[in-house]
Amino acid sequence: MSKRIDVKDLNVYYSKFLAVEDVNINIEARSVTAFIGPSGCGKSTFLRTLNRMHEVIPGARVEGEVLLDGDNLYDAAVDPVTVRSQIGMVFQRPNPFPTMSIRDNVLAGVKLNNRRISKSDADALVEKSLQGANLWNEVKDRLGRPGSGLSGGQQQRLCIARAIAVSPQVILMDEPCSALDPISTLAIEDLINELKNEYTVVIVTHNMQQAARVSDKTAFFNIAGTGKPGKLIEYGETAAIFSKPAEKATEDYVSGRFG
Amino acid sequence: MSTNSLTSTGRAGDSGDKIFSGATLAAGGLILAVLFSVAVFLLVQALPTFSADPAEITGGAGFGSYILPIVIGTVIAAAIALLIATPLGIGVALFISHYAPRRLAQIFGYVIDLLAAIPSVVYGAWGYAVLAPQLAIAYAWLAEYLGWIPIFEGPASQTGRTMLTAGIVLAVMVLPIITSLSREIFLQTPNLHEEAALAMGATRWEMIRMAVLPFARPGIISAAMLGLGRALGETMAVALVLSGGALQASLIQSGNQTIAAEIALNFPEAFGLRLSELIAAGLVLFVITLAVNIIARWIISRHKEFSGAN
Repeated sequence: MSKRIDVKDLNVYYSKFLAVEDVNINIEARSVTAFIGPSGCGKSTFLRTLNRMHEVIPGARVEGEVLLDGDNLYDAAVDPVTVRSQIGMVFQRPNPFPTMSIRDNVLAGVKLNNRRISKSDADALVEKSLQGANLWNEVKDRLGRPGSGLSGGQQQRLCIARAIAVSPQVILMDEPCSALDPISTLAIEDLINELKNEYTVVIVTHNMQQAARVSDKTAFFNIAGTGKPGKLIEYGETAAIFSKPAEKATEDYVSGRFG
Repeated sequence: MSTNSLTSTGRAGDSGDKIFSGATLAAGGLILAVLFSVAVFLLVQALPTFSADPAEITGGAGFGSYILPIVIGTVIAAAIALLIATPLGIGVALFISHYAPRRLAQIFGYVIDLLAAIPSVVYGAWGYAVLAPQLAIAYAWLAEYLGWIPIFEGPASQTGRTMLTAGIVLAVMVLPIITSLSREIFLQTPNLHEEAALAMGATRWEMIRMAVLPFARPGIISAAMLGLGRALGETMAVALVLSGGALQASLIQSGNQTIAAEIALNFPEAFGLRLSELIAAGLVLFVITLAVNIIARWIISRHKEFSGAN
């Protein structure tokens, strides 16, 4: 259960403002792809167009195509709700539902659309998802406790468990470790390495070491100046991007000369 | 020469800080003093009623049998108001906060707030002159077809000035309170949680059920309690709309009475023991309102652990 993503000539607008210009990228199934680049270069914006979450912001729209195994997400007949149920997302700040228990948080996506699930199936799914997120051993004795009582890193892994509980095709991560301490970050990175056996993972990160550690391919986004659109500068194997990038801007960025 | 140089700060803000803390203390103390003096007034003035010969109390059977029917009437009127206004208020608030286009939402918000600015005597007059005659037609229908349910038992009031009408007028009056407070709470739902729900493939309604309503639950309860407070204590509208009388089950016949209206209608001519009776009724209303608030606090605190405050 993982699909590839092909993006063709994608422009992203906020009302009239062109935020990201002309992105073409092919993301392989069962791989980890990292988006890096300076703040404001549009990498998060672009990530959010991959499951139509950018539409939550009024005025946001795109031109171009995003194909999930050949099916265009932006076809007029496609409901964004369907897209999002297949392409999960993990956010910058951990956001488990504070009013739900750990167990209910994991099941939140499954219970949508009034899908019925027996208690034994639910128990099995909760265990499988939490194990998939490397959280089971830490929380198995307190599944009925509120998710907000966990540490930041545990909350983030709970969010990952919630995302994988619905068996998505793709998991998008928007700087998932930027609010976490180094130990928790390591736990998430280990998890990402395991996730790619089953899922297509796309991760936005500010941390270049992290991109180098977790990803198979890396895309470097940059912006010419304030008010200019962000662009995809270079996309390739992570090792190549960090050792011998083709573009000067990429080299400057990964070597820490700017941004 | 061993003065500690750290003891004197010489900062200009020091006196300001003292004045401010004094002012807040005074304001807090004033509230308590007012509340206390009202409570003492009610108790002292009501005392003769409790020690009086039961035969001398209005109705001739003691204070309990005098107050009980109007306590029930008060609760019924407020309950009708809340049953109508809470779902409606939540719906309108959700429409304003999550469904309506921004400009429409703004206009809608102003209109709802305007409802709160209308004096209660105007609501009373409207209920009496406009709403009641219209509802009388509906009551006749209810009495004919649903008359077997005790609360719709006929014969229906010809004027429509019944408990149900009073409850509906009260609902319109508490609607803006519930709506504005709920709307403010709904707008404060963390973006984080709304996006979490949407990113899982929730529709807008599912997102609201998953992220907005659980977050807003304590706020909705507080809003309903504030509305209830107004409905319990509302005097003028009920006094004008309701053609009061003895307690009875049917809500579409004239009859029943609320404490606040009972006090308002009888106070001008009351003296001696009768005056004390009415003040005792006020004391009972005071206690009911207090109890309602305590229960609301308890409901809110029961789920504190899951409130997200941690």
